[in-house]
Amino acid sequence: MNGEVRTSKLEELRVVHQGLARPDQAEKIAGTTRYAGDLSYAGMLHARVVRSQVPSARLTRRDASAARAVPGVVAVLLGEDVPNNDIRVDVPGQTVAVGALKATMQVLATERVRFHGEPIALVIAETEDALAIACELVEVEYDDLPVISDPTEALADGAFEVHDGGNLLAEWRIDRGDVDAAFASAHVIVEDEYRTQFVDHAYLEPEAGVGWLDDDGVLTLRVATQVVEHYRDVAKILGVPDSKVRVVAPYVGGGFGGKEDMTVEPYVALAVWHTRRPVRMQWTRNESLLARAKRHRNVMRYRTAAAADGTLLAQDVEITSDAGAYAYLSALVLLYSTVHACGPYRVPNVRIRSKTAYTNNPPTSAFRGFGGMQMVLGYESQIDDVARALGLDGAEVRKTNALAKGDRLPVGQELITEVWLPQTIDAVRERAGEMPSPSGPRKAVGRAIASNMQSYGRLVWLNDSAAAWIGFQMDGSLTVRCAVPDIGGGQAASLGQIASEVLAVDLSRVSVHFGDSALNPLAGTTTATRQLLMSGNAAYEAAVMLRDQLLGAVAAETGHPADSLRMEPGEVVGPETSMPLLQVLQLCRRTNVPIEALGTFFGPKGTEVTRDLEGDRIFPDFTFGTHLADVEVDLDTGEVRVLRYIAAHDVGRAINPMSVEGQIAGAAVQGLGQALLEDVVVTEGVNMVPGLFQYLIPTATDVPDIESVILESGEGLGPFGARGIGEPPIGPPIAVIPAAIADAVGARPTVLPVTPERVLSCIAEARAQEG
Amino acid sequence: MGERHDLTVTLTVNGKPVTKTAGAHLSLLRWLRDVADVTDPKYGCGEGVCGACTVLVDGEPASSCIVLAAQVDGASVTTAAGLCEPDGSLGPLQRSFHEQHAAQCGFCTPGMLMCAHAMLRDADHPLTRDEIREGLHGNLCRCTGYTDIVDAIEDAQGAAR
Repeated sequence: MNGEVRTSKLEELRVVHQGLARPDQAEKIAGTTRYAGDLSYAGMLHARVVRSQVPSARLTRRDASAARAVPGVVAVLLGEDVPNNDIRVDVPGQTVAVGALKATMQVLATERVRFHGEPIALVIAETEDALAIACELVEVEYDDLPVISDPTEALADGAFEVHDGGNLLAEWRIDRGDVDAAFASAHVIVEDEYRTQFVDHAYLEPEAGVGWLDDDGVLTLRVATQVVEHYRDVAKILGVPDSKVRVVAPYVGGGFGGKEDMTVEPYVALAVWHTRRPVRMQWTRNESLLARAKRHRNVMRYRTAAAADGTLLAQDVEITSDAGAYAYLSALVLLYSTVHACGPYRVPNVRIRSKTAYTNNPPTSAFRGFGGMQMVLGYESQIDDVARALGLDGAEVRKTNALAKGDRLPVGQELITEVWLPQTIDAVRERAGEMPSPSGPRKAVGRAIASNMQSYGRLVWLNDSAAAWIGFQMDGSLTVRCAVPDIGGGQAASLGQIASEVLAVDLSRVSVHFGDSALNPLAGTTTATRQLLMSGNAAYEAAVMLRDQLLGAVAAETGHPADSLRMEPGEVVGPETSMPLLQVLQLCRRTNVPIEALGTFFGPKGTEVTRDLEGDRIFPDFTFGTHLADVEVDLDTGEVRVLRYIAAHDVGRAINPMSVEGQIAGAAVQGLGQALLEDVVVTEGVNMVPGLFQYLIPTATDVPDIESVILESGEGLGPFGARGIGEPPIGPPIAVIPAAIADAVGARPTVLPVTPERVLSCIAEARAQEG
Repeated sequence: MGERHDLTVTLTVNGKPVTKTAGAHLSLLRWLRDVADVTDPKYGCGEGVCGACTVLVDGEPASSCIVLAAQVDGASVTTAAGLCEPDGSLGPLQRSFHEQHAAQCGFCTPGMLMCAHAMLRDADHPLTRDEIREGLHGNLCRCTGYTDIVDAIEDAQGAAR
């Protein structure tokens, strides 16, 4: 723990709320964890995808004969060999201009490719060596088509159509109050345009998996994924019943949204289906960078009106995002951008227009923060500009406008839990103390804060649910079964903690079976900061049911009322009675009381949105936070060094403070990477970052210690009042770094990443303004 | 695509001699993972940038993805599993990693441990946090933000002195 925990109204807890070193971490540190690429089977084949070398073309020839002739090659599959080659994506809410659009992409392209890296053929071979040779021999000829490299270009009249029917994939609108009147009456108006870049998830584990056919004809995939429910999508591709596909997720080597869409699954499945043998596929880093969807590039145009005291009066926001070549989750990511556009502030008059367009760039989809995080750069830069224009303190302007419980967001949703935004602002400022001094005459230091809000839990009209099963063994130990994928955040371990807490069983005697779509109750995706809310509540419910079953059995036997009894380690205890746990379990067996329980948690409900967003609840709830950064800028080179970084979030209740701190610190550094370093450069549709030499994520020397401050309002919707914390801390860094640079040099960077060149431009701009 | 041929290589892996005949072109990483089923060194980039494949070769840290197994024939190779106590429990550096929450997804951890192990062994003075960070610059982590890893190494250093 590098940070601190500040809490309120805490009930007595034994296991939950303790900073516990997790059992999964011990195995990982011992080197014994078998990740998706670490298992091999006798007779296992190897498979690899042959990908498009160009971003936009008609395929005039696909010839696998030379590849098939390579000794050791078992098969080369083309799109025609895929039972159902079309993957269709629903794009909800688009009922007016766009229509109820069904977006389609192919498992293996047959006629046309739309991005550099698109899959064309699947090669299956006895050895990796034969595979490598054969992949080079799959002959593909291209008839080049125009390349659409920018969403603005894509949306222009007469633009070449990336998909038939036009390049507009989705649009959303929010209208609230009278924006024009509010701008007319404003004391100050600020405006600017902000641009974010394509970002790669760059988890250390490239996509990988092994598949095989079980004796009962069930195709089993053991893959690195955030979503075991993709077994349904795989079944659709193969044209088999859902019950004939099983997805097992071992511990995943990082997800961040990049393993939310399918990656290796369809290809491993096809290879197994075709050969009836075990097959392994491991993407190279180059493939991972080429083929997998990125974070959306956003262009965000903001105009903000405020009164003389800093009260926000109106905001007018236009968002254009780059959907890349295929739909994936772009419409929903844009919906998040739209709903989060005004940030954690009360803005009475709002007009938001957002569009996402097809291009021939890499597809874009889910990435930690899911469209909400890009907007932090916009709304936080605007609030700083308002403060500066009025000569006010930015922190005070934030507090003046901070949302509170009972307020409604521009989209209409009422906030039903406490908003501790002001507390997070105070926390980082109190901890920060004095500003550091510059280390030399040609250096300048700056300090800034940035706040944010980010939803946790899925969109309410998706009717989310999660289930978990908990059962006592006859020796008093406990088994938890829940199909939650564990991607490194302690998703499985926290369920064990919850079960241990409620049932008073020592953690060392709790086993959690996770990530298996066939043998465990389904818990939904490890995405959208939803697992603690969803599977956490399901496990809590199962544990409470099980506890009540046991207490009921003891009550019936002893005549003491059940509500006078409680579980203690090793026994059930009441005012004048106690019974050892093993005896209680025997009693349950004798009196037909189950010693297991299935808990199902249903998320909050709501009606499906239309393109014009208005009315009601859209997310379960939100997490709020504030970060503070001190930077030093080298005025000659434009180099930026982050000297100090403090991050405060209200997490409601920390189930495991060490895991919470890990999420905050990790997300902060991932956000710092986006702020300062990372950029998937795409030139005319060609991806220019083939490896980690070119795609720079932060090293240990690029970032300072992350000091986290965990605030606990006790007001979250998760178990014990927890809020989700997986995504929220990635937003503030991309705003706080430009703001701290602005504080140091006098002009604000508005384009990410803030490279030394862009910093030098800011320095020049500031000088020009002075002169 | 040149002619490929097999070669017999003997390595002492975590104290145990292993002899395998496999392609002469295999990297040490592929030899360990695919031929010897030693899977704790990880493939992360294949070009010596990320450090996930770091092992000790005759005591010195090396990116096993850019070394051929044949080049180090006869060497002693230590992986993260080799830092465990003989009974399989965590060794001192590993215990610090565990207590300080220095692993999340854990994929960088085996390489990170080998780098940290060599760093602490070779240090002739107590390392500062900045020196520890400098020593880690060739090992990428995407989950922890590094703070907990630096804490763990500092903690292990304190315990050792």
